[in-house]
Amino acid sequence: MTTTTAPPRLSWRERLTRADMKATPYALVAPFFILFAVFGLFPMGYTFYASLHTWKLGNPERAFVGFQNYEFLLVDYSRFNWSVVNTLGMFVMATVPQLICALMVANALNRRLKRPMLWRMLVLAPIVTSVVAVGIIFARIWGQEYGMVNGFLGMFGVDKINWQAERLTSWVAISSMVDWRWMGYNALIYLAAMQTIPRNLYEAATVDGATPRQQFWKITVPQLKPVIIFTVFVSSVGGMTMFVEPMMFGSGRLGGGTDGQFQTTAMVLVDILRTHGNYGVSAAAGWLLFIVIGIVAMVNFLIVNRIQGNK
Amino acid sequence: MSTATAPSPASAPLADGSRRPPSSKRGKKKYDVESGAGVFAPTMMTRVALVAVAILSIFPLYWMVVIASRTTSDAAGFPPALIPGGNLGENFIEALQNPEARLLLGLQNSLIITGTVTASVILISTLGGFAFAKLKFRGSKILMGVVLFAMMVPLQQLGIVPLYMIMVELQWLDTLQAVILPFLVNGFGIFMMRQYVEQAVPDEIIEAARIDGASTIGIWWRIVLPALRPAMVVLGLLTFMLNWNEFLWPFMVLSGENPTIQLAIRQLSTATWSADLSMIFTGTLISIIPIAILFVVFGRQIVSGIMEGSTK
Repeated sequence: MTTTTAPPRLSWRERLTRADMKATPYALVAPFFILFAVFGLFPMGYTFYASLHTWKLGNPERAFVGFQNYEFLLVDYSRFNWSVVNTLGMFVMATVPQLICALMVANALNRRLKRPMLWRMLVLAPIVTSVVAVGIIFARIWGQEYGMVNGFLGMFGVDKINWQAERLTSWVAISSMVDWRWMGYNALIYLAAMQTIPRNLYEAATVDGATPRQQFWKITVPQLKPVIIFTVFVSSVGGMTMFVEPMMFGSGRLGGGTDGQFQTTAMVLVDILRTHGNYGVSAAAGWLLFIVIGIVAMVNFLIVNRIQGNK
Repeated sequence: MSTATAPSPASAPLADGSRRPPSSKRGKKKYDVESGAGVFAPTMMTRVALVAVAILSIFPLYWMVVIASRTTSDAAGFPPALIPGGNLGENFIEALQNPEARLLLGLQNSLIITGTVTASVILISTLGGFAFAKLKFRGSKILMGVVLFAMMVPLQQLGIVPLYMIMVELQWLDTLQAVILPFLVNGFGIFMMRQYVEQAVPDEIIEAARIDGASTIGIWWRIVLPALRPAMVVLGLLTFMLNWNEFLWPFMVLSGENPTIQLAIRQLSTATWSADLSMIFTGTLISIIPIAILFVVFGRQIVSGIMEGSTK
């Protein structure tokens, strides 16, 4: 109806369509970017600003102090440096065995099994547990008096170990939580990648007399390189921001044991923020953590790249 | 880094194993071994290893149920109790009524938070994913790079100090919106939906709809959304699980008076810490039940979602 009265060059309808083509895409992506700007980008920038000031909760006064907050963390507050050591240690102990196991399990799942979906679900089952729940359960499994691990070791005459007391023992216990929860998840990711490897590669290798073990290391692992890099990266970010597992292992407290032997950097950050209300120092801790994650991700990338390159 | 995640999606096989080479049919085993696919035949070792892994996976969960169905005195000692007792119902009622833990309030809050986040993330991701997959607009490449950045960097954790300051300023501490809003930023959702739209919606259908005079929003509603239904289920499940289990940010902004379920079970486990283990485990079990139900009902979709998400 209306189009008949429209001017000959561009009908209102055509203009509307043109505007729709131009503007609507931005409208569709706008919700994400508005939220990202407010709750993602702005906080990251503001963290840096806050880290350069003395700034405390409930105190309107703030003063520019340059990098003093960073200096305080790196020089005066020994818990911070130790927390980086703890986080790195637990990260390595939680990630290396986990990803190696995941590779093996994926290789097993990649064979012709009856009911493949059932096996995959069984391996993935730990993911239903929240990190808090894992912490609660595993804190008991590693308990000193009645813990299952000590009970088991006791059968071989080993004295009851206080797993919380030492750095290494507490790291073992905490890493086991991460290993348990995430191994199956990573195995499925490797499995998905394994299924994309052309099977004739293996057939050719078998004809050439390569054993299954050789085929695993010379064909499967190199073919999985991009996925391994991806999982190592994701695990680095997850591992370096570890918080709940060590907190629950220490009865829900932020101190990470009597001397902070399993206090992670994220715990230090939250402790400074929640317990001391110190925005400036905790913001500096946030940026330092960000830098450490970047370094760890980079180093991991180089290591994985290199191991693969030699094969 | 992003290159690791972006091989061509078209070449990925169906993750649920439905697209298998014809040789995998039973009864052709011999032929396979001869032709060199013997690596794929499960050996005794494979089976033993898989059974061991499955037992390790399930055991802590099973043990939780055992203790939750017994009395605390059963939980101590070695060898540990390994068979469920008869106190599950009693323990359930007692745990839910525990005045310190506020498990019921926690369940309710978690449902509200997780439900809102999941619905919003699905909406935002289908809109954005459609735009990035099928619409041409200036700057789309750069904007997609920003999405990938948001996906890689743990924003909620690194920005936690200012986010907390914002919530203090707005006097939103102890409110549910303080928990919800930061988690609506979800780069993974947009990334995943973009991949799905590219595969599931042919360009010709969109062209045809345009010629018929459909608007962009109309195309999203009538063509894209119906095609995305399976992907929406997967994204919804993953988002729900992730947010149900979230601890750190709710811990920052909520008090024990108004907890999520995760805060509630932490409270239960620390308040009555050495006293009542069966109570603690009952609370933990309650917190897992919603996710466990989802896992049992939608396990296939969750497995496929994780596997497909990784090869893209």
